[in-house]
Amino acid sequence: MAKLTLADLKKLRETYAAEFHARKADVHQVQITVGLGTCGIAAGALDLLTVFAEELVKAGVREVSIRHTGCMGLCHSEPTVEVAVPGMPTVIYGNVNGETGRKIVQQHIVRKLLVNDHIFDKPAADILNT
Amino acid sequence: MAIKTYILVCGGTGCLATRGGEVYEALKKEITEQGVQAQAQVVRTGCFGFCAKGPVVKTLPDETFYVNVQDTDAQEIVAEHVVKGRPVKRLLYDQSQSRLNVRMEDISFYQKQFRMVLRNCGVIDPEKIEEYIARNGYVALSKVLTEMTPDQVVDELKKSGLRGRGGAGFPTWLKWKFTKDAPGDEKYVVCNADEGDPGAYMDRSTIEGDPHSILEAMAIAGRTVGASKGVIYIRAEYPLAIKHLETAIRQAREYGLLGKDILGSGFTFDVEIRLGAGAFVCGEETALLASTMGRRGMPIPRPPFPAVSGLWQKPTVINNVETYANIPVIITGGGDWFAKVGTPKSPGTKVFALTGKIINSGLIEVPMGITLREIIYDIGGGIRDGKAFKAVQTGGPSGGVITADYLDVPIDYEHLAELGSIMGSGGMIVMDEDDCMVDVARFYQDFCVDESCGKCAPCRIGTRTLLNLLEQIAEGQGTPEHLEKIAEVGHAMQKAALCGLGQTAPNPVLSTMKYFEAEYRAHIDDKRCPAGKCTHLVTYEIDPEKCIGCTLCARKCPVNTIEGERQKPHRIIQENCIKCGECLRACKFGAVSRR
Repeated sequence: MAKLTLADLKKLRETYAAEFHARKADVHQVQITVGLGTCGIAAGALDLLTVFAEELVKAGVREVSIRHTGCMGLCHSEPTVEVAVPGMPTVIYGNVNGETGRKIVQQHIVRKLLVNDHIFDKPAADILNT
Repeated sequence: MAIKTYILVCGGTGCLATRGGEVYEALKKEITEQGVQAQAQVVRTGCFGFCAKGPVVKTLPDETFYVNVQDTDAQEIVAEHVVKGRPVKRLLYDQSQSRLNVRMEDISFYQKQFRMVLRNCGVIDPEKIEEYIARNGYVALSKVLTEMTPDQVVDELKKSGLRGRGGAGFPTWLKWKFTKDAPGDEKYVVCNADEGDPGAYMDRSTIEGDPHSILEAMAIAGRTVGASKGVIYIRAEYPLAIKHLETAIRQAREYGLLGKDILGSGFTFDVEIRLGAGAFVCGEETALLASTMGRRGMPIPRPPFPAVSGLWQKPTVINNVETYANIPVIITGGGDWFAKVGTPKSPGTKVFALTGKIINSGLIEVPMGITLREIIYDIGGGIRDGKAFKAVQTGGPSGGVITADYLDVPIDYEHLAELGSIMGSGGMIVMDEDDCMVDVARFYQDFCVDESCGKCAPCRIGTRTLLNLLEQIAEGQGTPEHLEKIAEVGHAMQKAALCGLGQTAPNPVLSTMKYFEAEYRAHIDDKRCPAGKCTHLVTYEIDPEKCIGCTLCARKCPVNTIEGERQKPHRIIQENCIKCGECLRACKFGAVSRR
């Protein structure tokens, strides 16, 4: 990667921001974001990555991205996972073990119904409001 | 037809206790009865906080927040909200009730949190610089390099009123100005990531979730004070944070956001990581600098302050992680905007690690000036297992306790200091009726004995003396003179110790003594531990009237000190009892009591 100039940085930001915000606001494809801070990893979030990958293949869902992120702040309910599906509100699931992970794929992603007992409120509005 | 409205009903313990379960069932029934089951789904969720206003119901995607909902409201919610698409106004959460001293518009504050430092945590992939850039990353640095003079940066910080988030609350602009004005060509920027308080993990999470914000802020500091080198001192116990930092530094160098001639401005700045071995004293700035230079981590008297003579005896600006994470927001949004959040004397937000006997433990970021009641009950969801709130410990081994009487005091630097506690770096440990204050003080004192570097006598001898006195009280050998002695030694340490560790080490004991004197008295005068925590002062006994001789306690007892025949009352042989409490937990007939 060549060193950036100011103009490069601005252009880069516009490109990625468009992509990032499009993804956030109205997702074109299923997006699973797993909280992989120390807390999430300690609670077994790494295993979830495998669970999702396997279950998505089984369910035949192809257009999907599995992302990593840091701590969402809901330490009482790790592992936490944010699920975005086109046409559905984006929600955060907490206390997601393997079984719940499979349920999220089967029920939320395939049948477009939210899963009981695991949704938590996003702790705060995004100050960048995007 | 696709689902249009999702009705989320809180299924947390608090809401279930206020008949949230019935609300869930009633809503499900109404959906079917009104024939809209294909358009709406009722979902039971985890705890939403706000348990005092429960049951709470939230609808998606429109984010309407209903409070104190009863099952009788279900018909109206479905008929109005789902069918006609308009909210049921009488059930809406009234934001004007909030005591928040925040004057910001357009942001819903029912959540009480305001994420400025944690703006990217849990949002971006911390290992992808592109995602940080997409969310206004390195905008502030661009601005500082092209549009602002160092004096303007300092002015902006002054307007913002940002104070050091490491605990002491020293105005950040002043620190930067001192370093900027100090003579010398060679200066340094240091980030204190040596987070060591028990129960605190704000800085770790910030670095893990958003490492670039720290690098950007350090480069801004470098430009402002005239430094070209930055050092992040982080403890080796934070492997993931270190990994994310290393990745971030590598990416920033590749993009030319660190290194020579950043963004074509001619400004050169680079950052390196120094690993600490996890000594608490190295969070103290002079000890941290000593350790960074490869010396033993011990503090030196100030002045000279690091702003004049710091790393390698050169002018050094040293801030903690959270302080740095605020900088890009201030530069991008402006100091005036930042100062609107929080209180006039303590602007901005504070990140807390909320732990202990709280239902929703977690990493929270709240505007300064919020009350402890809002943090514990609205965000934290209250005390676990329906127990009574006793106190909150803030500031770790340097802080003190805040009791139920002060739940409505606004949280900022001044108010916490008045109460004899400190803001500290942001650990907040919630304690309930089962926690013994003598035991808590003993725990922190024990920590300070281990962590005292031993350089100055007031700390080295003082911490040990306090621990001995506390142990004697906990073992039932305390006398009224013990309390006098603790106060005497404690106050001497506050005055005479060399650094912050020793000066604040007596805080936990002095603060608990102040607010829970009766509990100390009970240990001393009655040889009794009201919370039942100090094992030497506790006796377990079996009530022969209630005991049916099921032998369960005898089988559970790890030291075989319960005797008795089957179907006859059992007896605890007190001499051998280790007071583990297994018998009390095992007994199904309430025959075992603790005194």
